[in-house]
Amino acid sequence: MSDEQSFTLDGRRIPFQNGQTVMQAALEAGVYIPHLCFNPEFTPHGSCRVCLVKVNNRMQAACTTPAADGQTVQSETEELREIRRGILQMLFVEGNHVCPACEKSGACQLQAVAYYTGMLAPHFKHFYPRRPVDASHPEAVIDFNRCILCELCVRASRDVDGKNIFAVEGRGIQAHLVVNTPSGQLGATGFSLHDKAAQVCPTGSILTKHRGYDIPIGQRLYDRKPINVVGDVAQLPDRQGGRRHD
Amino acid sequence: MSELETAAHPEQLCRVAIDPLSRVEGHGKVTLLVDRNHHIRQARLHIVEFRGFEKFIQGRPYWEVPVAVQRLCGICPVSHNLAAAKAVDQLIGVEQLPPAAEKIRRLMHYGQTLQSHAVHFFHLASPDFLFDFDNPIAQRNIGGVMADYPDIARQGVRLRKYGQEVIRITAGKRVHGTGTVPGGVNKALTLQERNYLLTDLELMTQWGRHILKLMKKAYEANPGYFTRFAAIPSNYLSLVRADGALDLYHGGLRTKNDQGDLLFDHLDYRRYSQVIREQVKSWSYMKFPFINSLGPEKGWYRVGPLARINNCDFIPTPVAEEERREFMALNNGQPIHATLAYHWARMIELLYATEAIRELLLDPDIFGDELVTRGEMTREGIGVIEAPRGTLFHHYRIDEDGLIEKANLIVSTTNNNQAMNESIRQVAENYLDGKELTEPLLNQIEVAVRAYDPCLSCATHALGQMPLIVELVEEDSGVMIDCLVRDANGKVRESFVEF
Ligand code: SF4
Ligand code: FES
Repeated sequence: MSDEQSFTLDGRRIPFQNGQTVMQAALEAGVYIPHLCFNPEFTPHGSCRVCLVKVNNRMQAACTTPAADGQTVQSETEELREIRRGILQMLFVEGNHVCPACEKSGACQLQAVAYYTGMLAPHFKHFYPRRPVDASHPEAVIDFNRCILCELCVRASRDVDGKNIFAVEGRGIQAHLVVNTPSGQLGATGFSLHDKAAQVCPTGSILTKHRGYDIPIGQRLYDRKPINVVGDVAQLPDRQGGRRHD
Repeated sequence: MSELETAAHPEQLCRVAIDPLSRVEGHGKVTLLVDRNHHIRQARLHIVEFRGFEKFIQGRPYWEVPVAVQRLCGICPVSHNLAAAKAVDQLIGVEQLPPAAEKIRRLMHYGQTLQSHAVHFFHLASPDFLFDFDNPIAQRNIGGVMADYPDIARQGVRLRKYGQEVIRITAGKRVHGTGTVPGGVNKALTLQERNYLLTDLELMTQWGRHILKLMKKAYEANPGYFTRFAAIPSNYLSLVRADGALDLYHGGLRTKNDQGDLLFDHLDYRRYSQVIREQVKSWSYMKFPFINSLGPEKGWYRVGPLARINNCDFIPTPVAEEERREFMALNNGQPIHATLAYHWARMIELLYATEAIRELLLDPDIFGDELVTRGEMTREGIGVIEAPRGTLFHHYRIDEDGLIEKANLIVSTTNNNQAMNESIRQVAENYLDGKELTEPLLNQIEVAVRAYDPCLSCATHALGQMPLIVELVEEDSGVMIDCLVRDANGKVRESFVEF
């Protein structure tokens, strides 16, 4: 018997260190828990709820729940999958996620998590919001139609780039991403494709301009392996689904 | 133009609708107005489906458009992808693609032509040739062909599959792939892929020849019917290569009149709007294009396989060229106006596609690694291609940030709109007039429409321009009290005229 601290996740023993969350310990042990607003490089946010698990029989977000010795965690149960599918379906109808025409398709974390949880149709009525595309920046474009408000770009720009370019404005159903300038235009900021904020978006909201579908089908990130094997977009080098740094 | 477009007194006539038209892509209908003595007074082809792509893509980034617009169609998406990609090349200031990129796109396009022509002929049209009109309707479909002519059916399926494999290897997927990027393509071929595609190719060419033999037999069995059925003298429009050769990917615009005289030739297709106009008619969602200098009455034209074979000076591959000569000899080198000749011309092109694919597969350029090029951005791009069904125009204007401001698409089926209407009127006059209408007779109308292989799903796309008619009818008597018409220009007017 080791005296290492551990909890069980779907019956499997997961060791952890003090201060780690259930999500961090699971990922470190190579066990995937679906997530969207969590990214190992950033402080957990706990907002998308896709990482919902049952900890000692209570629903908790795995990304914000501290790991504790002897916990029993359930993740891959039909009940939890059903809830995750519901959350994803709501995300899909709340924005305009037109996978067939999206460059990120095949390398999109939202799409990959949806496949992973077995979401096959949006189920709910589409909101079809009218949101513009901001193409004012010479190198990058923001398509607000695809934003799921994970705030990863907000955190990356503020905490890593030190630029604080993005913010979320409004509450509840009115919440939306904005660009922190008087004009609200990305072109008026010091945003660059080399910024961390340009590389963390789990959907196709922040993209490089003029590029199109330059990664052939079959070579896109999640064409090769499912998300539980590949992991997050942001951790991957260029041309595997992470942004290109040119 | 035929007199049958609009009847003088429609209110006393009986309306017959063929709805839906079977064995065509998408949803269309034909309406006939018939008087008590079975005389046809009016015949119209309506496209009732409605898409709206020109509107959807407004405000979208231009580089996304080729993949977005190919969703217009599940049968010939590659044509839309390529026409849009050619327009996008102009937007980014590219005049000439690297050889590898151009040849891979061509390969994709010939794969597409092969599969589309195969579907059309074998799956949709072959029952018209293999069975009599009087055969039961249950037999006149691909199921019937499979039962009675299993070899032909199998060849059709395999030809289509082969074309789809070419598409899969060049575009990533058999349907709705992503091969093109601004200024090029995203992948070259590997040696292994090339060899795989070469394996069955010879067989495809053989089958192409075989089907042409069958076609000629069908013609010889009844040359009078073949030549006269739905035949209409018309103008023809297509792209031709600089040396006058048939070219489905690129070229200048050529038009010939019904006598075979050139109207304009090698016209830079970026100037299309100076020579082609579109007329709107209140009874159809689909516009009616015409050659500007001739006006709408005389200036309508035909596009597609028949137009291309009539227009080109030669086919640049030997076997198909031999077939072209034989075909053109039917009318001593003059344009052939028989509508059923579309099928024959289509099969010549199918054969040509197999030969063109071979040439491209044997060209080492397709393994090249220079796949993309760039130039100076411009604001307007026009891409034109010979899609399986005919000349296809994609025209885009972008704002300074690269978002689409305006789009105009003239799809092949729209180009043939007037011609299809003329053909069904001819059939109505010659075969149906004065007779009690029966299913086999009505099927003749469909045979005429089918010859054009119209893709009705992509033909209506002008969101916001749809003419609308609202009638106010008295509840008990059914008498019309008022009628409001919204014209294609958006103006609303009160109207009592018939429509
Ligand atoms: S733009 Fe992308 S990274 Fe930023 S909040 Fe929206 S989805 Fe998240
Ligand atoms: S990943 Fe845990 S709440 Fe979003």
